[in-house]
Amino acid sequence: MTALAVRDLEKSFGGLRVTRAVNLAVAPGERRLIIGPNGAGKTTLFNLICGEFRPDGGSISLFGAELTGLASRRRAHMGLSRTYQIITLFPKDTLLRNVVLSLLGLDKRRWNPLIRLDAQHDLVDKARAALARVDLAHLAMRPLSETSYGERRRVEIAMALAQSPRLLMLDEPFAGLSIDERRDVQKLLAGIPRDVTIVMIEHDMDVALEFAERISVMHFGEIVVEGTRAEVVNHPRTKEIYLGD
Amino acid sequence: MTDLAVPGKSAAVVWFTGRRAALGLALLALALLPLWMPGSYYVNIASQILFYAVFALAIDVLLGYGGLVSLGHAGVFGITCYTVAVALGAGYGHVAAILLGIGVTLAGMAVYAVVALRATGIGFLMITLALGQILWGLAYRWISVTNGDNGLSLASRPAPFGLSLASANAFYYATLVVFLLSLALAAVFVHSPFGAALRGTRDQPARMNALGFNVFLVRFLACLFSGLLTALAGILFVYYNQFISPQALALTASAEVVLMVISGGAGTLLGPIVGAALVVIMKNVASAYIVRWNFLLGAIFVAIVVFVPEGLVPGSVRLWRWARRPRGKSGGKAAP
Repeated sequence: MTALAVRDLEKSFGGLRVTRAVNLAVAPGERRLIIGPNGAGKTTLFNLICGEFRPDGGSISLFGAELTGLASRRRAHMGLSRTYQIITLFPKDTLLRNVVLSLLGLDKRRWNPLIRLDAQHDLVDKARAALARVDLAHLAMRPLSETSYGERRRVEIAMALAQSPRLLMLDEPFAGLSIDERRDVQKLLAGIPRDVTIVMIEHDMDVALEFAERISVMHFGEIVVEGTRAEVVNHPRTKEIYLGD
Repeated sequence: MTDLAVPGKSAAVVWFTGRRAALGLALLALALLPLWMPGSYYVNIASQILFYAVFALAIDVLLGYGGLVSLGHAGVFGITCYTVAVALGAGYGHVAAILLGIGVTLAGMAVYAVVALRATGIGFLMITLALGQILWGLAYRWISVTNGDNGLSLASRPAPFGLSLASANAFYYATLVVFLLSLALAAVFVHSPFGAALRGTRDQPARMNALGFNVFLVRFLACLFSGLLTALAGILFVYYNQFISPQALALTASAEVVLMVISGGAGTLLGPIVGAALVVIMKNVASAYIVRWNFLLGAIFVAIVVFVPEGLVPGSVRLWRWARRPRGKSGGKAAP
């Protein structure tokens, strides 16, 4: 069984075809990297898989369960978590509360208007554990607005991991980070256990190629090359896309 | 218990240390208010402040915690008032009229929410404005039921447990009980997991969806809770005045309550109460001394927007902290 199967996925915005019959099969536990020049359709593909856009055609399944047409909230309940290229968090809240919200998203207590959220010790403890996993436990009570960009990236990852996903989608997790911060995030991603399948978009080839086992190259909405690191790096089409003729 | 909120910044509800003592003193002052007020006129004004505060809390649930500005809530408020008045006119008892008022308001609010929640932001505001105007139009033109511009009168106030609410003091205490109940309900609601979800949908709706929350349903249920508080305020209003006319459903009535929330501090529990007190006092007390009281009220709102744009309560907290900040010896700047 594949962890993520994308078949003939199509999406157009007006007259612009952003994804063209995209096919993708990611094995359980695999680390898959999706690369391509700006405008290749990588983030659109992510948003289609995560349910933020509806595809015009094709299908998506997660561990054999059909996802096509499901709202993104339902996909979260089926084990799909994501991070965003542009950090999307709750800046007025503490780091701890950000992660608690993430846990609450999959917890039935989210509908309860009669209990105090602060008193849900199991959620708070899990959130602290998730923050500890990304080395941010010491900043748990700090407002998100008073943290650095790199720390926010790690909070995003903590929020995704807190949901114990089966498939983790990372949209440019190294974007905007300093060299030290990249190293921290790289180490963090390397420590994620194999029961979590990871699909990542990234432009930083040094860290990304080291992380991924298989790579898909997108260009003008199509996957044009797919294979292992060596196969993709040495493929003439990859060289053509990145270096020109 | 772990406080998940931003340390030191969530205390707009009660903004100084010893808040339990302050809360106790406030409760004592409210309980003894009829004894220290100079006359029943001022006790009646206190009643008005309390039921408008409940109405403002209803708006605040949507505006402050949900990021949804409703400009048609006076229409929902009017549904309660007219339902109670019509039910009493049809011969129902007070209990039945009150229960009908709440039930019909919640049903009306459900329809209102389903229509209005097709949009957010300015779209939500415009739809609620239109819905409010439709309800105002119904009150004005459905003469066989509402008596049109002449309105409907109530013969009497209820007498729960044999206690008549005819006097200003008795009605004040009944209003105080409903106010405290509503405030407690709102406090529990905003600090609950559901309250956190509502705030999340205000700040990052797309992210909340991706985290597994049903954003529409969270907002819809918040609208129903807001409708419940609106109904409680409406019941107090219609019994206080023993009269209801289309004027209570007008756009200006909706805007006035939104201004109460914004001036006091949206997203806090104390803010709408302070805002309600400000507007009611200006309307009833300042207008007795100043002919152009509307001008004064407008000037106060302008001053609030300029000096404390976050509202009187959170703005006062900020200014108080600023005044108490550590200062250096020479320049008065904050110490590092």
